[in-house]
Amino acid sequence: MADDILFDLLHSEIINYALEQSKENGNKKEVDLSIVEYIGFAAGYKIMERLTREWPRFKDELDTMKFICTDFWTCIYKKQIDNLRTNHQGVYVLQDNGFRFLTNFSNGHQYLEFAPRFVAYTCGLIRGGLANLCINSVVTAEVQSMPSCKFHIHVQRTFALTSVWPSTGSDRSVETSCDQLCGKDPFFGEIIAAKSTSPTSTHLFKAEQFTSVQPRK
Amino acid sequence: MSRQTSRLDAKKVNSELLTLTYGALVCQMLKEQENSDDVNKQLERIGYNMGVRLIEDFLARTSSNRCLEMRETADKLQQAFRLYLNMQPTVTSWSSAGDEFSLVWDQCPLSEWVEMPNNGLKYCALIPGAIRGALQMVQLDVQCWFVQDQLKGDAVTELRVKYIKRLEDAVPAGED
Repeated sequence: MADDILFDLLHSEIINYALEQSKENGNKKEVDLSIVEYIGFAAGYKIMERLTREWPRFKDELDTMKFICTDFWTCIYKKQIDNLRTNHQGVYVLQDNGFRFLTNFSNGHQYLEFAPRFVAYTCGLIRGGLANLCINSVVTAEVQSMPSCKFHIHVQRTFALTSVWPSTGSDRSVETSCDQLCGKDPFFGEIIAAKSTSPTSTHLFKAEQFTSVQPRK
Repeated sequence: MSRQTSRLDAKKVNSELLTLTYGALVCQMLKEQENSDDVNKQLERIGYNMGVRLIEDFLARTSSNRCLEMRETADKLQQAFRLYLNMQPTVTSWSSAGDEFSLVWDQCPLSEWVEMPNNGLKYCALIPGAIRGALQMVQLDVQCWFVQDQLKGDAVTELRVKYIKRLEDAVPAGED
């Protein structure tokens, strides 16, 4: 079993590698973090398969999110998510007040511009994990003051039946995953279809529409 | 609740995540670079960068003294493998001059769940890189390479370490 520090070091080297790649491709200003995100996705996708192997079936989406906030997060980031909020329409906000990859930075604003690099992997990790549980989503992160970080998960209901391996960048192969099986089950299909009547859009994204959900103790 | 009993083992999950993340990184590199030699070089350099920082952690944790000869260095390397990867490689095949030895292992967390394409990729190139980087920080210049690799069908993985020279303290170039 490997030590934690190796993971920390590897994480920063992956970011380093992505920076070099985007420099080589001639992007002087913009840093291409899609590689980091993708590596997170691939790792999240596979680790979720192992983690949930002997786990009872999740009741619903919220239950899945709670799993991410508690057990999943504790394993990887040594603490639970501090706050989970949702508008019950497919938008979840996970707030971590002391995010592992940001705790080593100065608390001020000095390095705030570099924060996106250190959250990209985790965005991918969450997205990959959810993709393996048949929840297709877009995960973005927001860092306002240093060690705390908010992850926004927008669940994409329209694609609920087929989760597709992303094909961003060069010629990353496209693989369909788990869900041919679910698609064939008419009952399952109906449930998803019933749910997908209210599409999520950004204007729903108002603070008063969120209700707090207590993470499981 | 039944879930409480099936808590995940954080240490194990972290280790698996490292393995999978490393695998994803290697895949990504292979997609971006056609030549697997380039990938080997990149992995080696990533390992080097990690080793340079890892040695600080190692020295802080083990409070070990300076090694006066390669046999002590070999012991320390073995200890580092145990500490960081929880594996116990054996040190064998000493050269008569005592400046060259092999680290042999048959299971490595990094190469779990790996099947290799037959294209000259050195999957674990991270490890020799890390050794080189770490030893350079304690003023030892060494060379590391794989003699045998399980992922290529050998019975064990054998890493050869060769002492080149002692690095002396010197004024950095261009600063005299």
